[in-house]
Amino acid sequence: MRGYLARKTLVYSLTFVVAVTLNWLIPRLMPGDPVQRMVARAAVQHPETIASMTDYYERTFGLDLPVWQQYLNYWAALFRGDLGTSVWLFPAPVSEVVLDAVPYTLGIMIPAILLSWVVGNSVGAMAARSRWLDNVALPIGYLITAMPYMWLAILLAWGFGVALGWFPVAGGYDFGLVPQWSWSFALDLLQHWVLPFLSLFLVALGGWAIGMRNLIIYELESDYSNYLAALGAPKRLIRKYAFRNAMLPQITGLALQLGTILGGALVTEIVFAYPGLGKLVLSAIQNQDFFLLQGTLLFVVIGVLLANFVIDIVYVLVDPRTRTGLTGATA
Amino acid sequence: MALAVNDLKVWYRTRRGDVKALDGVTFEVADGEIMGIAGESGCGKTTLGKALIRLDTRMKHVGGTVVLDDDELPLADDAAMRRHRYREVSLIPQYAMSAMNPTRKIGRMIRDLLSAHNVRYTEVLPELERRLKLVGLETDVLGRYPIELSGGMKQRVVLVLSTLLNPSLLIGDEVTSALDVSSQKAVARALVEFRDHGFVKSMIVITHDISVLFQVADTILVMYAGHLAEKAPAKTIISDPLHPYTKMLIGALPKVGDRYEEQQLEGIEGRPPSLLEPPAGCRFRDRCPLAHDKCAEAPPFREVSEGHHVACWAVS
Repeated sequence: MRGYLARKTLVYSLTFVVAVTLNWLIPRLMPGDPVQRMVARAAVQHPETIASMTDYYERTFGLDLPVWQQYLNYWAALFRGDLGTSVWLFPAPVSEVVLDAVPYTLGIMIPAILLSWVVGNSVGAMAARSRWLDNVALPIGYLITAMPYMWLAILLAWGFGVALGWFPVAGGYDFGLVPQWSWSFALDLLQHWVLPFLSLFLVALGGWAIGMRNLIIYELESDYSNYLAALGAPKRLIRKYAFRNAMLPQITGLALQLGTILGGALVTEIVFAYPGLGKLVLSAIQNQDFFLLQGTLLFVVIGVLLANFVIDIVYVLVDPRTRTGLTGATA
Repeated sequence: MALAVNDLKVWYRTRRGDVKALDGVTFEVADGEIMGIAGESGCGKTTLGKALIRLDTRMKHVGGTVVLDDDELPLADDAAMRRHRYREVSLIPQYAMSAMNPTRKIGRMIRDLLSAHNVRYTEVLPELERRLKLVGLETDVLGRYPIELSGGMKQRVVLVLSTLLNPSLLIGDEVTSALDVSSQKAVARALVEFRDHGFVKSMIVITHDISVLFQVADTILVMYAGHLAEKAPAKTIISDPLHPYTKMLIGALPKVGDRYEEQQLEGIEGRPPSLLEPPAGCRFRDRCPLAHDKCAEAPPFREVSEGHHVACWAVS
């Protein structure tokens, strides 16, 4: 187990280094120059002022140094927890901007992923044993899981927001309110949360339910189920075994979903103008904000790696077949 | 009499009609008897084995009765049949390699199964360990997952598990087919030993491999296209078969000492009839060298000498 952990840690560390490097590199390959943009924003005409402003900004962002030094500085700053300064929201530090957005994204994604997983698996498992439920749940499941989720989001926004007027359609909270710890603000947050949550929840729900149904049916047809039935085991025991084994691929699926947690809601957040990481990525790209984009993507990368690492460990605990591989050469 | 099967018919429902895989078979298996069933693929031997313990969803019990220890088995009623399974009729399946839940330790799985039958694991444990040792396994297999065992070990665990509650009848379907020759011999020997110890009263061993039956079985039942052809003591079937099909089947086996470079090993011309619309009368008559007009009528399965039954007009 220790060797396995060490190997996994090594693999994940390497992945992290590569991901961070790409993360640093890719914004710099974008066309356009963020400093030019900031200077243009100041709307000064005087060439000397422009020159000194350019000079100042380049030094502030460290863009006057050779590329390799920028790269090393980036790593050094990273270990100090310094993600740089945002260009778009100058002079706010990137870490602050990102951390402000993280709770909104997590607040939607974690409940949407976990609840859809739990509910979807239960519905799927029930559908596998009831023909009536199967005939109802399966078409609905296929229908909602096949919908593009931004389209579902727009439908929901139009239906429940514009037509019925039950829920607000934009923002994380009412534009007239100031964030504070109060019941009225919390209620307002919740109202703004419902539609984005629902759109993600519904789409994922159908997928989980269909997957679970198929897996259970497959397991119930498997040899060990037939053997147990021939030895007079009650249906309850056979279903219990089938459910346990059908859960394994679903756990992997959950891990992959959890990995996308920080970046996955991008389009949904844009549809609902929800102030999470997805919207931040879009703004950063539109404003050529290298540092904000880097910082946001870094959180996404860390999210993916952490989720996969945790699931690797969990998988070893729930599936004995992976354990035999622990001593082998393949990780 | 341990098992009495009377005119049993089990058909498969298909879209094109009923496949009459088992079309009226009558035979008996005595206490302590190991009966082998032989026949080519599609002759109904696996259907017969399944019918005695658990019909699958496509199978239909059309007629006939099965009496085990003076108790008629409710073949068509899955729920009522559950009471008889494991305690009275048990099975070693064709797929012993994958018969155990891959994510449960073997001991844990046995415990779950036993408690479903209201048997305490701890009470049976000493006997379970004794039998594992008997088939040459360490008792620590109970703490292992199926994947940690070799194919032969899994086969032996399944043998012990299937017979743990001392069933009257054990059905072994192609028990040795997936094993190498040395494991085959070990399993074959274990089957006989289990009968000798009284763990199992009688056995039906289904295989296409007649040489295995010769090692294990007391009597051999030869099936052809859903009908019975011949039943006799194993020695008689090998050395002195009466039914033309049995003769040709035995004749198609290679013999030790014969050299097959110079002579061709003989097969049986033709194919078995379709069981969707089987012809009336003897089903072997299209391939049979002895066929005559009388064969258009189905021959009875008649006892020609002590313990030797044949269904053929030409010999009985």
